[in-house]
This record gives sequence, C-alpha cells and structure tokens, in this order.
Amino acid sequence: MKNKLSKQTKGNFITYGIVVAAFILVQILLSTGKVSSLMQGLLVPLCTYVILAVSLNLTVGILGELSLGHAGFMCVGAFASALFSKCTQTAIPNSGFRFFLAILIGAAVAAVFGIIIGIPVLRLKGDYLAIVTLAFGEIIKNLVNVIYLGRDSNGFHFSMKDTMSLNMEPDGEVLIKGAQGITGTPNDSSFVIGIVLVLITIFIITNLINSRTGRAVMAIRDNRIAAESLGINITKYKLLAFSVSASLAGVAGVLYAHNLSTLTALPKNFGYNMSIMILVFVVLGGIGSIRGSVIAAVILTLLPELLRGLNDYRMLIYAVVLIAMMLFNWSPKAREFRETITGKFSRRKKTQEEV
Amino acid sequence: MSFVSYLVNGISLGSVYAIIALGYTMVYGIAKMLNFAHGDVIMIGGYVAFFAVSGMGLPPVLAVLISMVVCTVLGVVIEKIAYKPLRMASPLAVLITAIGVSYLLQNIALLLFGAAPKAFTSMVKVPAVVLAGGALTISGETIVTILTCIVIMIALTLFINKSKAGRAMMAVSEDKGAAQLMGINVNGTIALTFAIGSALAAVAGVLLCSAYPTLTPYTGSMPGIKAFVAAVFGGIGSVPGAFIGGILLGIIENLSKAYISSQMADAIVFGVLIVVLLVRPTGILGKNIREKV
Repeated sequence: MKNKLSKQTKGNFITYGIVVAAFILVQILLSTGKVSSLMQGLLVPLCTYVILAVSLNLTVGILGELSLGHAGFMCVGAFASALFSKCTQTAIPNSGFRFFLAILIGAAVAAVFGIIIGIPVLRLKGDYLAIVTLAFGEIIKNLVNVIYLGRDSNGFHFSMKDTMSLNMEPDGEVLIKGAQGITGTPNDSSFVIGIVLVLITIFIITNLINSRTGRAVMAIRDNRIAAESLGINITKYKLLAFSVSASLAGVAGVLYAHNLSTLTALPKNFGYNMSIMILVFVVLGGIGSIRGSVIAAVILTLLPELLRGLNDYRMLIYAVVLIAMMLFNWSPKAREFRETITGKFSRRKKTQEEV
Repeated sequence: MSFVSYLVNGISLGSVYAIIALGYTMVYGIAKMLNFAHGDVIMIGGYVAFFAVSGMGLPPVLAVLISMVVCTVLGVVIEKIAYKPLRMASPLAVLITAIGVSYLLQNIALLLFGAAPKAFTSMVKVPAVVLAGGALTISGETIVTILTCIVIMIALTLFINKSKAGRAMMAVSEDKGAAQLMGINVNGTIALTFAIGSALAAVAGVLLCSAYPTLTPYTGSMPGIKAFVAAVFGGIGSVPGAFIGGILLGIIENLSKAYISSQMADAIVFGVLIVVLLVRPTGILGKNIREKV
C-alpha cells in the first residue's frame, strides 16, 4: 500500500497535514485563551493571503508568467460576492448557505474576468505580460471606484457619476457607493471556513499540477514552441491555468469581503502593492512550491505582527527578501558558493560512510 | 480656448513622461529588462532637489545638478549590485528583482523622509505667458518642461548617432556577444546607459514636482509606470518613439481628465497600453522581430 503512494501524493499530504496541524494548534491556543484579540483578527486575513499566494503560484510557478494584477481578481470576487450577500441578506436567512453561494459567485465572476482578461493578455509574454496584468488590475480598481448601483421598487439602477444620477425612488437603497464601496456586508467569514477554503485551494492546485493538464501547462512554460509542436493547444491550457488562478483569487476576495463590514477598493488592499505583496510570498516560498507559498504567507504575515517593532520595516523587509532571494538563486557567485557548501556536505557524508 | 489650454498642459505632462520614458527605453533596448525602479529614482531626484533648495538654500540650477549627480550614482550602484549578477538569469528573476529594488527605494524614502507630503517649491523661475488677450495662460513650468524635453531629445539623438559611446550602445543593444568581440566594453556601456537614464530621471523628477508640487515616497511610481506605457506606445528601444509616445500619452491623459472623468484617467491610459500591445505590440516606431527556434 505504501509503495503505491507516489512522491507527489506524499508531498501533498504533508502540505495538508501542515495546514490541519496549524488549524488544530490555533484552536487549542484559542480555547486556552492565549491568543490576543489582535491575532484573532488576523486569522481570516491569513487564510486569504495563503489562498492568494497558492493561486498566484499557479500563474507564476506553473504557467511561468508574472502576473501583477492578482489583487484585481481578488477585488472582482470580493465586490461581486459582497453585492450578492447584501442583496440576498433577507431572502436567504441561512448565513452558511448564503456564504456558500457567495463563494461560488465570487469564484465564477473572477473566473469570467480571468478569461476575458486572459485572452488578450496571454498573447503577450514576459515583461509585457506583467505590465499589462498590472494595467488590468489598476483598471479594475479604478472602475470599481466609480460604480454606483442602487435598488428600488423598479429594479436596479446603475451610474458612473454619483448617487444623485441613479434616479431612484425614495424607497431605494444604494448598494455600491462609488469610492465608499459597499457597506453592511454580513460577517460570514470565519477561521474554520477560511481553513476549509485553503485546503480546497491546495487540493485543486496540486491536483491540477499533477494532472495531464498541469503537465501540458508546464511543458508550455519550459518551451512554448516545443510544446506547440507536440500538439499541445497553447491558448487553451494557458487560459485554463490563468482563469483557475483568477477564480481562486476571487475566492480569497470573498473571504476578505465577508470579514469586513465595509468594502472599499483602495490602493492598499486591491492595488498593485497587494499584488506585489502576494508575489513576495510566492517568491520567498519558492516559485512553483505550493507548500512554500503556504509557509511563506503565514510567516511573512505573522512575523511583523509578532515583532511589533518590525512593523515599520515590514515593506522594507519584503523588498530585501525579493532582491536577496533572486540574487541568491541566480547570481553566478551565489551559485558557486552554494555548490561549494553542498559539495562539502556531500563529501563529509561520503567520508562518514567510508569510516 | 480651454481645449488649447488642456492640450498645452497635456504636452507638458507628456514631455515629463517622454523624459522618463527615455530611461526605460534605453535600458530596455540594451539590457532587455524592465527597470521597474526607474520611477522611484525620479522620486529620489525630487527629494534631493527639495532638500538642496529648502534645506541648504542652494540656487535651483545647482540643486538640479546635485540631484542629477546623486541619481546617476544611484542608478549605477543599483545596476552594479542588483542587476549585473542577473545578466544570465531568467527574465522573470530580473523583473522580480527590479520590483524589489523599486520597493526598497520607496521604503527607504518612507523611513528617511516620512509619509507626509513635502510642499515642493517650483524650481522654475520663468514667468507665465499670457496669449490671446488673457484667454490662454501658459505657465513658466509648462514652457520650461517642453523646452527641456526638446533639448534632451536632440542632444540624446546626436549622442547616440554621432559619438563613439553612443554607437557602442547601439551595437550592444543589437547583439551583446558580437559587440564584445568588436572590443566594446559591454558592462561599461550598460552602466553608462543606466547613468544617462538616471540623470534624466532626476531632471524629470524636478520638472514633475515643479508642475505638481507635492512630494511623497510614492510620487514616482505612477508616473514611472505611465512612462513605461509611453515607451511601449512609441516602440520600446526607440528614442524618438519615447518622445512621441510620451507626448501622446500626456495629451490623452489630460484630455480624458478634462472631458471624461478625472478618476477614470488612469484607467484610460492603461487601456491605451492594452490596445497598443494587442494591435501593434512593437509600438508606433518599433521594429518587428520574429522569434526563431
């Protein structure tokens, strides 16, 4: 039985195990009351970041393209689901079922945006692709800031100017208020749901990577022309990976939106700074490594909070992490250095064996 | 008349973009990398000029020169430490490093100078020109910006086409290996490109802050990205392309601010980038290069 488990399956189980162990640990700490309220408030965002990091890793690590618009998809998922929850708050009283639907809607809308944006974007590559995803992310953020949506007895009203131009009946209610966003979203997110979503995300991504589809995507990453000559449909697989990644970012957005009562699109939460923060998680954890993304997202979120004094230097640390990781991995001198170290270790092992 | 005024302001903003875009386009042409940190060098240039004038009381011309020297050194140091070891690395690694450098500069500035915006006093002492009997006023900043841009463009075109170092730059951008075999110092040429780009960034920083007088650690990042859009628009790697792209982008941005929506202006600018990349990925003046196996 044991031999039948492949190396990858084992690796995946370790990843799930880490998440479950972390969850149990947190639950024990919570029940003993050792967790400050500040840390408790951090639990759901932590799940959000983990989902974002794992899903971005699909684009960066497996597809091999740098997306700087990941926060844009999160924004789409967040606003679509928050709008849904707000509209159906009275129609569907069961918060669990409503949140389940909200997650599906957030994921679906983000996936649709992933496809719409992916079709033009994936024709490009490298630096151009990165800058265009950044552009799309900023466009989404800007658009959300000028949308006004209201509902009254006549149905929905839409405007891009202000609340006055919605022309609503006096009984109308403004749902999206431009730059002020959506207020009064039900607080449906919880740490348990967050962990479940993290597990689902890891499950989807790892299975995708180890499937025929995943191998096709990786073949495209390694050599596009060679993959194409083997009959792999480049556009289809690229688009699939990109939209799955976008859709999961949308799920993260749903979790994020239902953790706050007021949802606004600021440069801080949905701008490209956020996209870059997620990228830092992916890079530190190791591009292409799902487990790495999970661990890096947790460490980089908790560390500045645990060491209060570090919080001012948080972004500075992120920047240094990015540069240092890249130099360590790629510069010829660092490579030589690593080889000598690993060489020493392996020699020592050999000598021990001889003894 | 208001249209002409928006247009002139657009050209002025576009001139700043064009100067910044030069830095992007030259570095991209030679090192084949997107120097994300370029926008933040602008910001550093702005801060240096600000402290030189308001802290040390130096005359504006001297302040601009100091700012240029600091930015040049900064640009070369960044290239030496962060980018040079990655010459053989994958484009993804280089891009991530560049993003890291950009963040590093922003956050160092945040720690050193604080998040509170600094009120930048205009470095331009040229009086405004009133035309058409008072209906059209062109500020001194606008005139100086446009003139500076034109002078820089002419000087740079002459430098690249006529001087030995400039031709070396063209050769390196064409083929690094062959250029090295011809006895060109490739690393030196790349460093020179970064130096020129960064010096221009300092000029752009001073001009930008003179026209929009608030200075924060994030001042440079948006204009930086937009200038990259301008460089792509005009055709990356081409000096006149950067000029045309910059001016057009400035006009588009200002007119959409005036006639469509000020909140949507950024979205429209990015929309232009997307359309350009999809319709003509090499830009207005770019050369078409086919990928070979």
